[in-house]
Amino acid sequence: MKFIMKVVIIDDEPLARSIVKEYLKGHPAFEITAECNNGFEGIKAIQQYHPGLIFLDIQMPKINGFEMLELLDEPPAVIFTTAFDEYAIKAFEAHAIDYLLKPFSKERFDKAVQKFLSQHDVTAKQQPDKALLETAAGSPGQSNRVVVKDGNKIKIIPVTQIQYFEAADDYVKIFIAEGSFLKNKTMASFEKLLPAQQFVRIHRSYIVNVQLISRIDAYEKESHIIQLTTGAKLPVSKSGYSKLREVLGI
Amino acid sequence: MRLCTLRVFVAQTIILKQPLTLFLFMQQSKRFKLVFAAWWLLWCILHVYVLYGYYTVLPVVIVDGVVTNVLTAGACLLIYNNMRYYLPRHEKYWYILIISAVLSAICTGVATVVLHWFFQQNESYTALLHASWLIRYCVVFLLIGCMSMLSLLWYALQEQNEIQYRKTAAEQMLKDAELYKLRHQLQPHFLFNSLNSISALTVIDAEKARAMIQQLSDFLRGTLRRDEVQFVTLREELQHLQLYLDIEKVRFGHRLSVKVDYTNEAAEEKLPALLLQPAVENAIKFGLYNTLDETAIAITAGTKDNALIVSISNPYDEEDIEAASGTGFGLASIRRRLYLLFGRYDLLETIKADHTFTVQLIIPQSNL
Repeated sequence: MKFIMKVVIIDDEPLARSIVKEYLKGHPAFEITAECNNGFEGIKAIQQYHPGLIFLDIQMPKINGFEMLELLDEPPAVIFTTAFDEYAIKAFEAHAIDYLLKPFSKERFDKAVQKFLSQHDVTAKQQPDKALLETAAGSPGQSNRVVVKDGNKIKIIPVTQIQYFEAADDYVKIFIAEGSFLKNKTMASFEKLLPAQQFVRIHRSYIVNVQLISRIDAYEKESHIIQLTTGAKLPVSKSGYSKLREVLGI
Repeated sequence: MRLCTLRVFVAQTIILKQPLTLFLFMQQSKRFKLVFAAWWLLWCILHVYVLYGYYTVLPVVIVDGVVTNVLTAGACLLIYNNMRYYLPRHEKYWYILIISAVLSAICTGVATVVLHWFFQQNESYTALLHASWLIRYCVVFLLIGCMSMLSLLWYALQEQNEIQYRKTAAEQMLKDAELYKLRHQLQPHFLFNSLNSISALTVIDAEKARAMIQQLSDFLRGTLRRDEVQFVTLREELQHLQLYLDIEKVRFGHRLSVKVDYTNEAAEEKLPALLLQPAVENAIKFGLYNTLDETAIAITAGTKDNALIVSISNPYDEEDIEAASGTGFGLASIRRRLYLLFGRYDLLETIKADHTFTVQLIIPQSNL
């Protein structure tokens, strides 16, 4: 039985895609099913074709490669192709199938493909490590926004617009003025990512934007309740209250 | 006043005619030498004039004046030279008093012994010499004390000047280094992505690959060359920019278009070298990475109120937060550079209107 692996190339530079295409000619087992100019096209193509492997650039219009992966429910195996990104290199060195630094040679490319094939034999699907994505997507310059899926649309939310986060099983519910969005991420990762002076983990299940707090009331012993300018009421735990006091300077 | 100039003139001729004196003063500046010589000549004449009122034998009085004043001048020089290496600090100012007193005593003593020995037979003179020791001592002390104080002030001032000079020199160096750094921000992303494009072109179109290598080389060479000059004309800057734009067009040709528009007058105006490139780079990045559609960059230049005005605009998405929050690193460094060069913060303005983000640079021409 002939083995065919579907591949999607996502890069905003046509020439950069063409070099991957060219190098892949030497691997007849791979079939390029789509070429995408950006992350949005990438998501569409991945959902449509379910490729086994994608070649992904990091710096792209609107949403970067990491943010695109975050939005996929079942991300395929990834080989990153990027020009220069110290931080990202460090982060995905251990986790992605491989990373190719542009410009890369045919030999280096073949090695990456071999690596994919050997890992592919062992496990049916090599998924990018979630922890990796969380640290990498929070690389400098990206931590001021959160990318979420709104039905079929993709929404980029500036963190300043976020009112609060609520833990919901494996997800985190993000509340903004227009409503709430679910994101497949942990509370702890958000806590680390967000500016500490603006967002405080007031409770095991809540992170709040302190700028929106309108009042704080005592509630039972050792716990409090805060009210936001939007009217929402959130519980504050004992340790959360001391963190809140520290940030607010009271 | 005229007398004073005359004295200086006389002193000058004396110094010029006396190689020995010249040698002694060689270490000091010419101006100092003149003033010093003139001062002692004047003092010598005054000495002779005053003494002549008490003792009317002119040759004796002149010898007295010369011996006393040469010795005192020598002591003063000694103090002046010593202070070059050792400057008493605040708490040790009384050192000066003691040293001056001791030196004055030595001077007066030696002068008295020498003059006594010289005019042994002249009893009326030796009597006067011995009777006047106190007044002589006081005058010499006054002179040496004054010299010490002046030296102290002089060297303290010099020290201060030197500290100040070093401080400004260090600041200038820092500024130069910073300016160099700001000019020299070649983005590694740009370089590596361009090389990657060339790598791809070698397969598709070797001729085009060669052309791009040429462009990239010219651009890099221009960047290096420009490190040496601070200001260039807009025409030169735009030529250099064109190389950069050509490379970017190869990379993003399908969705990047750039329009350059300038008046002939503006083309000859000057601006800091490599100022536009980071601004345009910023606009291109901004445009390409914050929108999905075609990115049209417009560069326009004109003159107004003796200043060159360059505007660079790119489309932007009003919903985008990075656009809303304003300026990236590129613009911050341009603003910083303009501040270091012109001392003004208002030379870079950003205007957001109608899906277009415009950066306006004002380069004053008055001091260039």
